[in-house]
Parts: sequence; structure tokens; C-alpha cells
Amino acid sequence: MAEGQKTIEIEVLRYHPENDTEPHAQVFEIPFTDDMSVLQGVQYIKDHLDGSLSFRWSCRMAICGSCGMMINGVPSLSCQTFLRDYYPARVRVEALAHFPIERDLVVNMEGFIEKLESIQPYIIPREARTLSEGEYLQTPEQLGAYEQFSSCINCLLCYAACPQFGLNSRFVGPAALALLHRYNADSRDGGKAERMELVNSEDGVFNCTAVGYCSEVCPKHVDPANAVNQNKTNSAIDYFLRFLAPKGGAR
Amino acid sequence: MKPTLKRSNAPIFWALFGAGGMLSALIGPMLVFITGLAVPLGLLLPADTMSYAHVLAFARNWAGKAFILAVIALFLWHAAHRIFHSLHDVGVHAGTGAKLVCYGLALVGTVIAAWALLAVGF
Ligand code: SF4
Ligand code: FES
Repeated sequence: MAEGQKTIEIEVLRYHPENDTEPHAQVFEIPFTDDMSVLQGVQYIKDHLDGSLSFRWSCRMAICGSCGMMINGVPSLSCQTFLRDYYPARVRVEALAHFPIERDLVVNMEGFIEKLESIQPYIIPREARTLSEGEYLQTPEQLGAYEQFSSCINCLLCYAACPQFGLNSRFVGPAALALLHRYNADSRDGGKAERMELVNSEDGVFNCTAVGYCSEVCPKHVDPANAVNQNKTNSAIDYFLRFLAPKGGAR
Repeated sequence: MKPTLKRSNAPIFWALFGAGGMLSALIGPMLVFITGLAVPLGLLLPADTMSYAHVLAFARNWAGKAFILAVIALFLWHAAHRIFHSLHDVGVHAGTGAKLVCYGLALVGTVIAAWALLAVGF
């Protein structure tokens, strides 16, 4: 390192399952400039200090959702979090909370992928249309009903923030429920009854105790807590009125 | 992959919790002020506002009974739900046992209140 170069310490939670019985911290000192993101910091470690450090990233611009980490205990996108906000103090980075660690900062997302499949994240047409009938049209209001919930990038920060998911990993959780709501609230969709079975189930919305931290950490302003709580109301209405309206959700 | 899903019965407790929360937010502070401060200290209200005769008459009226039952029962269900979930949050996962104790106490309180309101007559 050049003489007079400013440096910062990054403490990384390491875990290589083939050697380690449990995760442990390792501190690296890297050159610091005030335009460096935390992601650039761990990239410096991998390129110059320890090539075995594992982490996910791709876009470097808060679009792909792959670089989520706990940064000083807060679920964050590491490409969007800057070292200057911590300098000169040491920064601690760890794998996202509440997920099994695969290696270093890489978590196992399998459980989430299964949840994503289970919500049927695609439009199940309310009425089939042939090509010649043209496209489905929507008013700005109809678009507004779901648009915000469609911006999720599957970064999992909300799951790392959710204490209820931490206690019960079967809970469908914030992002998947927000996406579920995105399709249920779409005027072109007719799959609501099927999806409500999951909303109403013991793995569904009532695991949420309205903590709201998920929405606070969400980098895309999806506000998953809002989607979850709207569906508590939907689910309760369905629960009490299902005998009156035979077309309700789950049995 | 479609596991069999069991419908949650949480809406019952959640609805009682919500109703209790709404009611306590609306009238809780006012009730504390009237029964805990204004009457004992003789502020603002006539001295016999909560005299035995007044309160008995209130409890014998249908609307009065409904009000008293709603305040006692819904506040209890709200508290039970909150305590149950807070136990979970602080790491006490007593599950069915905690559920029975929390909601059981609310149920017992509701039954006692209803019984007492009937017992004071009309
Ligand atoms: S809802 Fe927000 S925090 Fe959660 S996965 Fe989607 S973008 Fe990330
Ligand atoms: S690298 Fe794509 S969101 Fe951070």
C-alpha cells in the first residue's frame, strides 16, 4: 500500500464448511477512498488479500438483488452502502441473517425459491383471450393497485429483517407475500382463490406481528409489510364470510 | 410441490385483538382519566359520578351492559394476543400451553364479566 494511503478495517464472517465447524470473524485492512462501496471493499479483499472469500454480486447498481449482506448488523445491499459512512471505524459484514450459510457471505436461498414457486408468480388469466382479441387493457388505477409490489428484486433483505421468519422459517415471508399480492391485485388475474389458500394457512400472513422492519430495509420501496397487512384483512374477511360467499379461498 | 395447507384460525384472535386495540385507543385514556384521576380527585365531574347508585343503574341498562362487556372483554383479548406474541418474540415458545393460558384468561374474564352483568339484574 502506498505511503499515506488511508485504510479501513473490514471484519468478515467466514465459513468454509469443509474446514470450519462454525463461522468465525476475520479482519482485513484495505485501502480506503471515499467513493468505495462495501461491495468494492470485499472485492478488494478477494482480488488482493484472500481469493477464497465468497460472496454474490452482479450489477453493482442495486438492480440485481444478489449482493445482500448484514452490514454492522443491518440487512443492506453492499453495492449501495458506502464505506465512508463508517470510516474510520471498522465495518462488520456477515451473511444475511435467518438463512443457512453456504460459504462465507453466500446464503442458501432454496427455501425462498420454493416459496416463490408456491405463490404462482405469474398471471393466471381471468378469462382466456385469443391473439386476435388483442392485449389486455388496464387503467392507470388498475396498474396503481399492484405496481409498487412488482418492483421486488428478490434481495432477501426483508427476510433477514423479519424476526418472525427468524423464528419460523416456514412463514411465507415478506417478499413472497408482496409478490403474491402483486398478482392477486392485478385486474387481469383470476388466480386469487388459489393463492388465498397460502395466505390463509398456518404458514401465511398471520405469522406477521406488524414489526415493519422489512419495509424499512427494502431497497426498492416495495413495502412488503403493507401487502402482508392488507392480506390479513382479506384473509379475516374470507374467514368470516366464506360461508356466505361460496367462492372464498381455502376451506 | 404442493404441501397440504392447514387453514389458520388466527383471524378469530386477530379480529378480537384488532377490535380491542381500536377500542382501547379510542376510549382507554379517557377511561383512565375519569376513573383514575377525575373522580378520585374530584376534578371537573360531579362528586357522585361514580357513586354506587349511578354505576349500578348504568350496569342495569342494556347499553351500559354492552359497553362494560365490550371494554372488559375486548381489552382482555387484545392483551392476551399481545402477551402471547410478545412471549414468542422474547423466545418463549410455549406454543399451545402459552396460547391456552393467554387466551384462556381472556375467555375466563369475558365469562365472569358477562355473568356479573347478568347477575346485577335489569
Ligand atoms: S421486498 Fe424489498 S427487501 Fe424484500 S426481497 Fe423484495 S426488494 Fe428485497
Ligand atoms: S450487485 Fe446487484 S444489487 Fe448489489
